[in-house]
Amino acid sequence: MAAGNYEKYKSDGSIGGNVLEWVDARFPATSMWKGHLSEYYAPKNFNFWYFFGSLALLVLVIQIVTGIFLVMHYKPDAALNANGVPIAFASVEYIMRDVPGGWIIRYMHSTGASAFFIVVYLHMFRGLLYGSYRKPRELTWLFGVGIFLVLMGEAFFGYLLPWGQMSFWGAQVIVNLFSAIPVIGPDLSIIIRGDFVVGDATLNRFFSFHVIAFPLVLLGLVAAHVLALHETGSNNPDGIDIKEKKDEHGIPLDGIPFHPYYTVKDIVGVIVFLMAFSAVLFFAPEGGGYFLETPNFYPADPLKTPPHIAPVWYFTPYYSILRAMVWNFFGLDAKFWGVVGMGASVVIFAFLPWLDRSPVRSIRYRGPITKVMITIFVICFFILGYLGTLSPSPMGELISQVCTVFYFGFFLGMPWWSRMDKFKPVPDRVTMK
Amino acid sequence: MSKQGKMDCGRRRLIVATAAVGGAGAVAALVPFVSSLLPSERAKAAGAPVEVDISKLEPGQMMTVEWRGKPVWIINRTKDMLETLTKLNDAVADPKSDKEQQPAYAKNQTRSVKPEIMVAVGICTHLGCSPSQKFKQGAEEGMGAEWLGGFLCPCHGSTFDFAGRVYKSKPAPTNLEVPPHVYLTDTRILIGDDKKGA
Repeated sequence: MAAGNYEKYKSDGSIGGNVLEWVDARFPATSMWKGHLSEYYAPKNFNFWYFFGSLALLVLVIQIVTGIFLVMHYKPDAALNANGVPIAFASVEYIMRDVPGGWIIRYMHSTGASAFFIVVYLHMFRGLLYGSYRKPRELTWLFGVGIFLVLMGEAFFGYLLPWGQMSFWGAQVIVNLFSAIPVIGPDLSIIIRGDFVVGDATLNRFFSFHVIAFPLVLLGLVAAHVLALHETGSNNPDGIDIKEKKDEHGIPLDGIPFHPYYTVKDIVGVIVFLMAFSAVLFFAPEGGGYFLETPNFYPADPLKTPPHIAPVWYFTPYYSILRAMVWNFFGLDAKFWGVVGMGASVVIFAFLPWLDRSPVRSIRYRGPITKVMITIFVICFFILGYLGTLSPSPMGELISQVCTVFYFGFFLGMPWWSRMDKFKPVPDRVTMK
Repeated sequence: MSKQGKMDCGRRRLIVATAAVGGAGAVAALVPFVSSLLPSERAKAAGAPVEVDISKLEPGQMMTVEWRGKPVWIINRTKDMLETLTKLNDAVADPKSDKEQQPAYAKNQTRSVKPEIMVAVGICTHLGCSPSQKFKQGAEEGMGAEWLGGFLCPCHGSTFDFAGRVYKSKPAPTNLEVPPHVYLTDTRILIGDDKKGA
């Protein structure tokens, strides 16, 4: 075995080469570098939409690094300090006011959470446009949906930690959602809280999940997502398979090595992203009340719900679907169906590879039906998201019910409408538009 | 497996038995982890009853006390407030309090021991927000013109009357909970226990 590896990666005689040869005989350093970067052939026609995968990785790194530093000062303790302020809330204020550089690290982390969802939503939308989830990339997509779910959990746990009013009442509402599940619900919500009410036990376990359990799962899923992608090769805006046309060395004619071509291209994306990120960080760190909500600047008060509570923007579309369910079916409460609707609206993304029956992957070669359906879906997604930030009203309820029907209609009708469309012939080779 | 490709059944049975015993051990090892998620003994012990003095509670006023980490409302209802209850019998989902959301001694038209004093857990039965006071009749506090006064949950819009009864076609499935309580004297209530001298 070892002898074989020595033959495979021969040193050029330099010291560095000798070290590398020694390492390669024991660890797949060069082969991983080649397999995933310098000899990973990605289609040459990636466009703007292909920035968001690497940007998501960048935001993950930002969140992990800022998180490590925040944990050095944060205290997950719901007890009141000498001034009658919960210790957790006071420790966040301490980071913001007294820790040198603490304010910017905290704002990077809170802005990073919203940036993560912006980038991930755009990344998912890219998949929808170009059929990236279609065979043979179903597992890449499923790992991606797993990442999305874990990310939602991570964001939800993290939002409790500042122990503000919105932290407390948001957690109260979401944990109580689980109590709507028949039979096991009430006990399940007690197990999640660790108490009969949201309290210190809840805060500490959410802290544990937020900084240990979920990040570990997230990293594992990200690795699986990238490995699955590199096994099948990347899709591209034309949705055609570049591996079908190869040169005499077995390299796809339309493929270019990820490094240096796309690493360099992605740096441009990183710079533009960091410009926007910094602008929010320095000029609107609360994101106009959307990234950090106003009631969260008040310490948690278990006796008083703020007059208006809403989840953070990235949860509002699903929250609207929850609120849209107001009917009792099959002897089960509307509350239960709200939870089912909300859960289904997230999990249904996982079924896309099997719902889409179009003969071509990319929207470029699909007809008007697809374009209209995707447009309606996106509009409904935005309307639901907007309504979710508002107080409940009869008009809002009706609109969100209509949008909920379109939302699920988009997915559940897809096996039919995706086949009915008119299709253009796909090109043999990728096009550079 | 032997060279001939035949399975040694005795050995296979031993493997299955070993895996089953090991699996049982792994499941048993889960017990302390899952049980650590349950409320601790200290959390269970924290549900002590709370004694409240209501001598200063004027008619039309409401006070909030904390019991088991939850808000408990005590409302001194006026004649007008009590009159709205009979008018609303058709508008609320469970007018006679048939669902077990109160002790037997509060299963009546006013859902209380004394007609004017309402004691209720101020937690919406939908998803646990605390409803806000909308005591004024009509549209003054942003409710409809036909509003007779009560509570509005800010989270999902459930409405309740002055007896904590939920209106029909609202997300909350049941009336507000009436906690066990007992009058120690005319103006002192013990919340969380309904036996005097406990």
